[in-house]
Amino acid sequence: MNSAETLYQAFASSLDVDLSEINDDLAYNSFPKWDSTAHMILVAEIEAQFDIMLDTDDIIDMSSVAKAKEILSKYEVSF
Amino acid sequence: MTDTLIEEYESHFNALLAQPVYHLEQSQKEQLLLPLLNLLDRYHRQQCPAYKNIVDLQDGPSEKVESLPYLAVRLFKQLALSSIRKESVFRVLQSSGTTSQIRSQVILDSATSARQSKVLVKILQETIGKARLPMLIIDSPGVLKDKANFNARAAGIQGIAFFGRDHTYALDENMNIDWPNVEAFCQKYQGQPVLIFGFTFMVWQYFIEALLNDNKDIELEQAILLHSGGWKNLESKKVDNEEFKRVVEELTGLRNVFNFYGMAEQVGSVFVECEAGHLHAPLFSDVIVRDPFNLEALEVGKEGILQVLSVLPTSYPGHSILTEDLGKLAGVDNCSCGRKGKYFSVSGRLPKTEVRGCSDTHKVESS
Ligand SMILES: [Zn+2]
Repeated sequence: MNSAETLYQAFASSLDVDLSEINDDLAYNSFPKWDSTAHMILVAEIEAQFDIMLDTDDIIDMSSVAKAKEILSKYEVSF
Repeated sequence: MTDTLIEEYESHFNALLAQPVYHLEQSQKEQLLLPLLNLLDRYHRQQCPAYKNIVDLQDGPSEKVESLPYLAVRLFKQLALSSIRKESVFRVLQSSGTTSQIRSQVILDSATSARQSKVLVKILQETIGKARLPMLIIDSPGVLKDKANFNARAAGIQGIAFFGRDHTYALDENMNIDWPNVEAFCQKYQGQPVLIFGFTFMVWQYFIEALLNDNKDIELEQAILLHSGGWKNLESKKVDNEEFKRVVEELTGLRNVFNFYGMAEQVGSVFVECEAGHLHAPLFSDVIVRDPFNLEALEVGKEGILQVLSVLPTSYPGHSILTEDLGKLAGVDNCSCGRKGKYFSVSGRLPKTEVRGCSDTHKVESS
């Protein structure tokens, strides 16, 4: 799996939806299943999959799939 | 018209975000807050007929923060105050109802909710730092389960949970302490910084008293304890802030204990205690102490009713609220901790009899 696939998979399992529903435009607060609880599950899943530790700024900024890619690039994950 | 007001608000708000949380002097801070609060007043008059009816006596923008209109907090119990269309409602927050039967309703859209999370993080980073710490929550995991009836307690936990990792609940569904869980957590992170969060009376009653009663010895010297929710339930036990800190340190070695004051009606822009033991108004909010009889703004050192202001809410008219809490300003711009702006203490609740069934702020004035 490449990084993008890993990330999409993390979103799909954390938000409990089908992989086909995940795309870069998917955004927090416009997708009902992506609530605060799911967000914390997502953060833990991304940290585990990419073996990184996100800080509080990162998790507040992570408001869409595209944003998540941007944040992960800071941790030397390339897409 | 509405959209341009919101755009203007957003541009002022984004400019505010670039400022330091605790290092603007009061006069500078008021210069930034006043246009935002006046915009919110104008916007809510336009969007919320009930708000307009209540504040209508006063017209036009205020020239001082002190002269802005405010709503009595109990109005949120009597009315569903909203400045958004039904289809934009993202979540309705209910106050926890531990002290009263009627619950407040706070109507949130996604923009206000996102703003609250962002600001809460900015404020608490000043106390906790940016790293997320292993987190022990002095509550039961059951509190988050009732999603339809989302209360302020759950919202508080979720807000603080952003600062945690490996979230561990200290209580079981029956509010009994889960020793195996707590001891495993303490052992796993021994000697490392961890974050503990809970509501003040719950931390005392279900954690501190359990430590005493069960004769447990745990070490939490590296921990930060954040707690909130008021002292009312601890009054009968004669526990105040000093006693709370003293016993916590004695039992666990934990010295970094920070209380914070905030209202369900103004989630996000909380007032956090500093190292010197004072509550501070951050960049996004302010406090005014008012005389209980004539509601004039009081100077430093005089006890009165707390009015709290917050620049966050656009989905409901909660930017300026007269609370039912008593307190006094301890000073402005000169706390020994180095933070600027106003700092204060909360001394208790307004006695019930004094708050008549006021349907608006003006009746409080004449009572
Ligand atoms: Zn201070």
